[in-house]
Parts: sequence; structure tokens; C-alpha cells
Amino acid sequence: MAASAMAAYAEVAAMTALLELVSVSKRFGGLQAVDNLSLTVNEGEILGLIGPNGAGKSTVFNLINGVYPPDKGQVRFASTDITGMKPHLVARQGIARTHQIVQPLGELTVLDNCTVGACFGQKNLPLGQAQAAAAEAAEMVGLGGRLGMQASALTTAGKKRLEMARALSAQPKLLLLDEVLAGLNPTETEQMITTVRKIRDSGIAILMIEHIMRAVMSLSDRIVVLNLGAKLAQGTPQQVAENPEVIKAYLGDSTLMQAAESSS
Amino acid sequence: MSDLLLQAENLEAGYDGVQVLWGMSLKVERGTMTTLLGANGAGKTTTLRAVTGALRPSAGRVMFRGEDVTALSAHAKAARGLVLVPEGRQLFTDMTVQENLELGAYSPRAREYFKRQIEQVYELFPRLKERRSQKAGTFSGGEQQMLAIARGLMAVPEILIIDELSLGLAPVVVQQLVVTLKALKAAGVTVLLVEQNLHLALALCDYAYVIAEGRPFLEGPCAEVAAKPEIRQAYLGL
Repeated sequence: MAASAMAAYAEVAAMTALLELVSVSKRFGGLQAVDNLSLTVNEGEILGLIGPNGAGKSTVFNLINGVYPPDKGQVRFASTDITGMKPHLVARQGIARTHQIVQPLGELTVLDNCTVGACFGQKNLPLGQAQAAAAEAAEMVGLGGRLGMQASALTTAGKKRLEMARALSAQPKLLLLDEVLAGLNPTETEQMITTVRKIRDSGIAILMIEHIMRAVMSLSDRIVVLNLGAKLAQGTPQQVAENPEVIKAYLGDSTLMQAAESSS
Repeated sequence: MSDLLLQAENLEAGYDGVQVLWGMSLKVERGTMTTLLGANGAGKTTTLRAVTGALRPSAGRVMFRGEDVTALSAHAKAARGLVLVPEGRQLFTDMTVQENLELGAYSPRAREYFKRQIEQVYELFPRLKERRSQKAGTFSGGEQQMLAIARGLMAVPEILIIDELSLGLAPVVVQQLVVTLKALKAAGVTVLLVEQNLHLALALCDYAYVIAEGRPFLEGPCAEVAAKPEIRQAYLGL
């Protein structure tokens, strides 16, 4: 068991690094949101980023795609230093993201939303090609039949799909997914899991933040656990789920109760 | 034998098109302490909000003392004795202990029993009596927690529903919570407790529900639930 897990881990480690965070830190006033964090996303892999509320997961996404620069550390993507690069330039490098709170352009159609993604993505496509890329991305997430629908008319699940389709339209090498399963019903969740696998199989690496643990554990090749902005653990889903520090962060400290018992 | 006080059946609820509960059910018997456990985002607070009336469920029902109270407002439920101690305590920090307790006794029924109730509360928590003129904001975290629970008791609850009091609090405050909850248990108060620290909740309560992805995942007497390996699965997915 342990040996095969180790072998699997070594196999992943031997892959090519696509995104590298090197000792990245970010502070907001008195809060150290991200604390000396290093992590690697390899080509073709799904890396799950998990941790309790307030662990710093979304901040990590914002540091990668340039919403704000890190105070310290370096972000490297496909061997290029992208630390502090503006979001639109990061998108040009080949990183696309979704947002936890969906951000559709409500008045535009599904196709036009995705076309915007294609125009501002990795390649500066002319409109016709951008539309073709947009339609293909919409098809991939199962919105192919709703290209002409106004985005605001989509259901929650539909808007989640659109968020992914617009990111995919940018033809990224790396896709950052921020809680794409939140608020979906069980059937929609299963469909979305299938879609995420399909995207990875098309050769796009994925870094995903997800609270639905059953899903993130089954989808991820590797997992990084954040707690209080720092890396608490990393490894295969199995290794992480068995890690005592992770169990303590999620289930609570068992020694607190013992201490309370002995003091009262 | 059993005296069913509160029953939630197949609750569905959510916010702004994002559904959180997908058929959540639970029961609380009079005189017991029941805990609702689960990972972040599993739907614990939403369950409490749907039960207490802060959020109207889109499906399912809430039975309280044999009456369907699903459609009642939060204050109407509170007046019937379904009382919530909210997450983050929500004390009136510029007011004294005594004033906070008086505000807990807001409903006509609670006002009727005010004298009896405040004596009992001060007996249960002598520390609050000693400091009755002190402003709540000057209290330590542990004392504020005790006051939040005491204020809930002033509403003359049939059941006290307590949401994540130890959230983000220092270990010493968590230990204080243990003392406070033991006092409630000794006084025979019926409690539904949401608590982040699973070990603490399972050690103090009688019965546990574990919620995952908005529906029941596991339930049973706390000692049995504590021994089940599946509980880790509810939090960690594996």
C-alpha cells in the first residue's frame, strides 16, 4: 500500500513542473493570509487545494493570476517569472480561472461570454476564430445547446458551467477552479466531476479549490492542505486523509477535551 | 418512553439559488444533548437557520412539541421556546451582564418568568452574578460565551440551540465552554449543539448527527459515532 503510494507520488514528482510558487507570502494588515507557501502544479495533473475556511486558498489564486502581487516569493509559470504580472498578462501566459461567486456578463449570450474569454486568452484570436474556440469550450462543458441563451437566464449550475467555459475559451495550459461544485445538486455535481476529468484529459493542468471533499479526493492526483496560510500537508489523497495534522485541522484537537476534563 | 421535542424532516434550503440542504432530517428528545457535526460548508448553520426560522426552508418541515412550526417566524418560534444562541455570540458589548440577560427575556412568556429565570441563571453561573454590573465587552472570550448561553436561557427555552461557540477561540476558551455545557447538562436543559471540535461535542453530548453535503451522513449515540471510522470520511472525503 504505502510502497505503491510512494511509487505513484514519485511518478508525479518526475513530471514537468508547469506552475511553481516559491516561498510566497501575502499579508493583509494584521492577517498573514499566505505564509511562505511553496507548491508545484505539474503538466497534466489535477492538484487539489484544500483547507478550512480562511486558510488562504482564494488568496493563493489571486496571487497566481495577479489580482495582487505577493509581498515575498516568486510565481513561475512555464519557466517564466510571472510574479506581480497583471491579470490580463497572466491570462496571456496561459492561466485561466473561475470565480467562487460566478461572474457572468449577464446581458450577453453564452457564446459571447465565451468569446470574450477567447479574445483575452492565451492567443490574441481574431473574432471568427475566437467564436469557434468559444463554441468548442461551451460544448466541452455541456453548454453547446445553449449558445444563444442570455447568461443571466442560466440556472446556478449553468452559470457554473459558463464560468468554466469562458475560462476554457482562453485556451489555457493551466485552469484554476474555485469551488465549481458549490451549490450544485448531486446529479449536477457528478456531471461537473466528469467535465473536470474531461478537461484534464484534453491536456490542461488543473489547480482546484473545493470544499466537497468526496469530490476533491476522487479527482485530485495530489492534494495540498493549507491551514492559516501555510502548507500543512501534501501528498496523494490517501496520504493526506491519513495525516494526523490534517485530521486535527478538520476534526478538532482531541487533546483539548482531555485537557478540559483534567482541569474541571 | 421517548419524548420527541424537535423534529426536522427532509429540509431543503439555501441562499440565492444556491441550495445547501438536500433533505436534512434530525430529531431531538427532551432532556438530551444532541450535536450536529460536519465539515465546513456541509450545512450545519443552514440547518439551524432553517429550524429556528431565520431562513425559510423550500421543502420539508419542522415539528416542535407536536406542532408544525415550519412557516413560523423566528420570533414566534423563540416565544414557543425554540431558542438560538448564534454563532459569534452577538452580545450587546456596551451593556452590562444584567442588561444582556434582561434583553434575553424579551418575549411575553420569558418576561412572566423573569425573576425565577434570572435566579436560576445566576445560580447556574455564579460568575455572571458576581459581575452583573460589568459591561459584556470587557469579558474574556470564555465568559462572553457563558453569557451568550445564559442570555439564551433567559428566553425560557424548551430547547437551546447553540451554534459554534468555540469557533476560532483559544484553547482555554474551549475548556470554559466544556464547563458551561456540563452545567447545562446537569441542569437538564435540552440542547442542540453545533461545534467545530468533534471530540468535544462527542464527549459531552448524548446523540450525534453528522451532516455531509447537505444531508444526513451518519447518526447514533455519541459513543458509537465516535468509534466509527466513517466519521473521518464525512470531513475528509476518504
